[in-house]
Amino acid sequence: MGKDWKRALIVGASSGIGESLALLLGKQGCAVAMVARRNEELVRIASEIERQGGGPVYCYPHDVRDTGKAAALFQQITHDLGGLDLIIYSAGVMPLVTDEEYSLDKDMNIIDVNVKGAVAWLNEAARRFASEGKGTLAGISSVAGDRGRRGMPVYSSSKAFFDAYLEGLRNRISRFGVTVVTAKPGPVDTPMTHGLKKLPMLISSEQAAISILKSCERGGVTYIPGKWKPIMWVVRHIPSPIFRRMNI
Amino acid sequence: MSMNACLQEISAERPASPALPPLPSDHLEMVEAWGMNASSLAYVYRPTTLDGILSVFETARRHGRTVFLRGAGRSYGDASLLAENLCLDCTRMNRILDWDPVTGQITVEPGVTIGDIWRYTLGDGWWPPVVSGTMTVTMGGALAMNIHGKNNWKSGPIGEHVLQFEMLLPAGEIINCSPKENEEIFYSAIGGFGMLGCFTRITMQMKRVYSGLLEVEAFATPSFGAIMREIEQRMETADYLVGWVDCFAGGRKTGRGLVHAAYYVPSGADPIPAQTLRLEKQELPDTMLGFLPKSILWRLLKPFANNPGMRLINQAKYTAGSTIGNHKWERQSHAAFAFLLDYVPNWKWAYKPGGLIQYQTFIPAAKAEECFSEQMSLCRVEGIIPWLAVFKRHRPDKFLMSHAVEGYSLALDIPVNERNRKRVWALCDKMNALTLSSGGRFYFAKDSSLDAKTVAAYLGAETIARFSSIKRRCDPENLLETGLSKRLFGDFL
Repeated sequence: MGKDWKRALIVGASSGIGESLALLLGKQGCAVAMVARRNEELVRIASEIERQGGGPVYCYPHDVRDTGKAAALFQQITHDLGGLDLIIYSAGVMPLVTDEEYSLDKDMNIIDVNVKGAVAWLNEAARRFASEGKGTLAGISSVAGDRGRRGMPVYSSSKAFFDAYLEGLRNRISRFGVTVVTAKPGPVDTPMTHGLKKLPMLISSEQAAISILKSCERGGVTYIPGKWKPIMWVVRHIPSPIFRRMNI
Repeated sequence: MSMNACLQEISAERPASPALPPLPSDHLEMVEAWGMNASSLAYVYRPTTLDGILSVFETARRHGRTVFLRGAGRSYGDASLLAENLCLDCTRMNRILDWDPVTGQITVEPGVTIGDIWRYTLGDGWWPPVVSGTMTVTMGGALAMNIHGKNNWKSGPIGEHVLQFEMLLPAGEIINCSPKENEEIFYSAIGGFGMLGCFTRITMQMKRVYSGLLEVEAFATPSFGAIMREIEQRMETADYLVGWVDCFAGGRKTGRGLVHAAYYVPSGADPIPAQTLRLEKQELPDTMLGFLPKSILWRLLKPFANNPGMRLINQAKYTAGSTIGNHKWERQSHAAFAFLLDYVPNWKWAYKPGGLIQYQTFIPAAKAEECFSEQMSLCRVEGIIPWLAVFKRHRPDKFLMSHAVEGYSLALDIPVNERNRKRVWALCDKMNALTLSSGGRFYFAKDSSLDAKTVAAYLGAETIARFSSIKRRCDPENLLETGLSKRLFGDFL
């Protein structure tokens, strides 16, 4: 039996890991606020949680690229929930990019969602948790953030940014009693990875959500599943001239 | 927005995000119950002027939030807390506006504390007519809760000494109230737990004293019955009466304790009142036993902050009080006698991390012994023993939401931690039922455990309806709310 979460906010809750996290928390009786672009998806998930007797659930249609509205919406959410114990930034995009593609639209979109949106939401949460002296702040990063990958230069750097940003927040606010979590999943079976060729050690989004919630009790950096930790240790230590020649 | 609301909102095509700019996050602060048993974040504003207060109400209105009033934050529970809403902290409205040393009438802003007042007036020979066990409470808070002191049976609550007050209603209207003007609001706002408006100017009649000292008599009482008999005997003559009870003593010793009775020194009896009325003679010493700095005392208390430790302390206190201290007379300064809660600075920190609640009930004299004994046995059955218990005599008053009865109160300090929290509240539920069946009442400044049903039962539907109609008159938008008001009355309107 894990920690008894009371009030959680999932940003990017309409599909994939975010959806699984919302379902998991909602079914545990945690009050869940879900933020995502697509109303109909939020309503579907909310109905599912309610059908199983969980919740309460709160839905907020919002595009994380609209960073100017994040602070006000965040306040609205904490008001509706009557406080906040856990925020998980789960919004992320990884468009398919071919080896010859340099699409500014795609790349800027990655930065808007994975980087700017994360900062807009988590800055608010960090300030709040720091003044409260408690709270858990989690970001879903990726193993991809450990190296600059030829197949996804901007996606992997967006996750490298996320890692460093979360580490910075941890260094800044953990002394006030705030838990900062960097969850780094490997491939997870979500709409994000559909259409990709075979992926190593693929896990379901439900499995990922369970592990992420566990890591939220501990704080720090967690690879999901744990076996990615030694693998990525090795990957991180491959010298660049060699890594360049490998098709990873 | 719950799930259902969410569906409706979405189908009604609510705009994706609120259009307003967010509330300034630099106002977001942690606000805690004095008993440390509850806390939450709120947007705290500390205005110094009427316009400042009005702009807080306006901000709340614009953002769809409510406002809770807060003074020194000395209520034990959620009486000045409401998560995620606006906290109107009155502590910076702390000017003494007028003082007449001939009549003893003082006019203050709501953030002035009892400590500020007596320090200002004692040199002229005046003491506050009613004081709480701590001098840190603000006058605004004292009126909102209609505090009582160790002289409640004789002098009533503080509200009876208020000559008039000015109150700012959330809509911007300023009203003057006194027992003659706006009488109904006067008797509802005092004791109205901050539901009607913000006191902005309070005039109070002080009490003449002819010495800075009190004659204090201390004696031991072996049971609740004995405490009550001794107190009854002194009700005519004494000016202050307070009992302390050892809750660890069971069986035939149930209710054993000590009583302190204090008497004003009459005019002429103190040969040098100008000396004893000086502040230096009043200030609480900063050491204990002459050498232990009081600032570290709570740390020394910490190892005893458990049942065996507290049993020992209670036992030692009773033993000392019933032997060497029994029937001892001494002269004590007003401040030293009145402000026991300030004697050990930050003593509540010994209750960290879980904090404490205070459970105080007011029981008619005829039922008091039986009810308090029953409360003690319930505590013992549940294995939750209050670490400190204080016993006082009361009388009824004219205030609408009054907590007083013709009888006694017993205030129990109960430690709270993560393990016992549920059991403590369950114990309070049982004691609440007992109090109701004894015809007793409760006090909002102390409360953490009541529910709407219990409150309706002791106040009566008519009183609540009257208060609600006054609330509608003073605060039709229901802008003033607290955790306590929501818990006990839901939405007034």
